[in-house]
Parts: sequence; structure tokens; C-alpha cells
Amino acid sequence: MTIDAMDAVFRALADASRRELLDRLRAENGQTLSELCARLAKSGPSMTRQAVSKHLAILEEANLVATVKRGREKLHYLNPVPIHDIGERWIAKFERSRLQALSDLKKNLESGEQ
Amino acid sequence: MTKPHFVYVTYIRSTPEKVWAALTDPQTTKKYWFGITAESDFKPGSPWALKFEDGRTADTGEILEADPPRRLVVRWRNEFKPEIKAAGWSRCTMEVELVDYYPRYAERTVDGGKAVKLTITHEAETEAGAPLIEAVSTGWPKVLSNLKSLLETGDIAFKA
Repeated sequence: MTIDAMDAVFRALADASRRELLDRLRAENGQTLSELCARLAKSGPSMTRQAVSKHLAILEEANLVATVKRGREKLHYLNPVPIHDIGERWIAKFERSRLQALSDLKKNLESGEQ
Repeated sequence: MTKPHFVYVTYIRSTPEKVWAALTDPQTTKKYWFGITAESDFKPGSPWALKFEDGRTADTGEILEADPPRRLVVRWRNEFKPEIKAAGWSRCTMEVELVDYYPRYAERTVDGGKAVKLTITHEAETEAGAPLIEAVSTGWPKVLSNLKSLLETGDIAFKA
């Protein structure tokens, strides 16, 4: 990944609303703009349709969201490839399993608290 | 046909011909796909298979569409895990396009700012196909990272 492409990814991620949109797509991949807006209206931060549309464009430009046209509909998908590339850059191969164990431990302990 | 269950996109600083060759040449797939070779003549209607290094068959299927170097559609079924094989058939579409590389930054990148956009979509033929989609979706980001790295730098990023 070039520096410019990586800048685009980090800039796109440095915004809570855009991370919220990625979370929504992770929960349900392939949503249209209208579906995303309708679900946000039910629960979550209030965002106008224009704001959602602008955030999606920024995410798409950073390649964190990929789109597919189905008839007249545009479906949005979470594209994890750039995040995977970033992880790969700073996580050495031998650290992978230890980090997974640490992450599992953290999840386990924190879920036990609730 | 259900809507795609995932869409993965990667931009590779390479040519469509080289990306196509990497998707279809068994000696090249081996390098970035953890030893797996894709075996087929890549003509519409021909059989297609993914084989492990030890010769066992991982997945089988059929070439539905082949338009080199732009578009390849494979009907795909798992063969080595009974519970995933039972999930039935899926359809994988690989699209190769020469595009502006991250449009806003095009003027600052090499090769006139062009790159190959490789889009992988994978969908199950029926709703029962979810386990297969789940299985392949954990593999694709690694495979795509390795492919990008192999074509851009001549080496893969990680081996397992």
C-alpha cells in the first residue's frame, strides 16, 4: 500500500460516524443508502441522508467500502482488505498467535464483568 | 441468485494481463495462495479445481464466464470439508479493471496514477450456502494481500 493510499484509510477511519457506518455494514453487509439511513434513524447517532452519503463516498475513496450495482440499487460492502494490509505491515508473522491469545483473553475477561 | 455476501477490492500497481495470469497460472497461484494451485483451461464450460500442495482437491467447479483479462466467473463448491460441501454451490466473480489509482491522489502516484482494480464477489446459490461463504471470506483478504504484494514487490507478505 502506498503512503497516499494509507493516508486515505487513516483519514477515513479518524471519524466516529464513518466507523459507525463500517460497524453497520459489518453487522449487515450489502445495504443501500436508504437502508443504512433507516437503520440509523432507529438507533444510533443522528445523521442526515446527505451526511451518510458524503461519509460513504469518503469510505469508498479509501477503499474501505466497495459498491455493487444491482438493478437501480447501489449496495455497500465493508471491504476489509486495506485494514488487513495495515495489520500485516506492523504485525510480524510470529506474533500473530500470541496477539490472538491476548485478544481472546481480553474479550473473555471483559465479557465476564457484565 | 442472492445478492453478493461479500465484495473485496484491492488496487494493484500492475497490468490487467499480469493480474489475469496470476489468477490463472497454477505456478503463480501456488506462490500467493498458500501452495494451492488453480487447475483449468479457463474456457467457459470447462472444469475448474483448487488443489492442495499434496495433490488433494480443495474445491471444484466450472468456468461460467471467461473474458481475459477482464472477467472470470467460477461456479464453486468445497470438496474437503463435508459440512461445507453440504452448503452447496456458490458463484465467485473476479473482475479486473485498469483504473485511476485512488483518484484524488492520482497525480502523486507512479505509472500515471493507473492501477488494476481487482474485485472479488462471492455469493451462495441458495441461502443454505452461508457456511461456504463464511469459510471463503476468512481466506480472501489474506490471499488478496499476498497477490498484491507478489505483483508489486515480487514477494509475498506472509505464508500461512
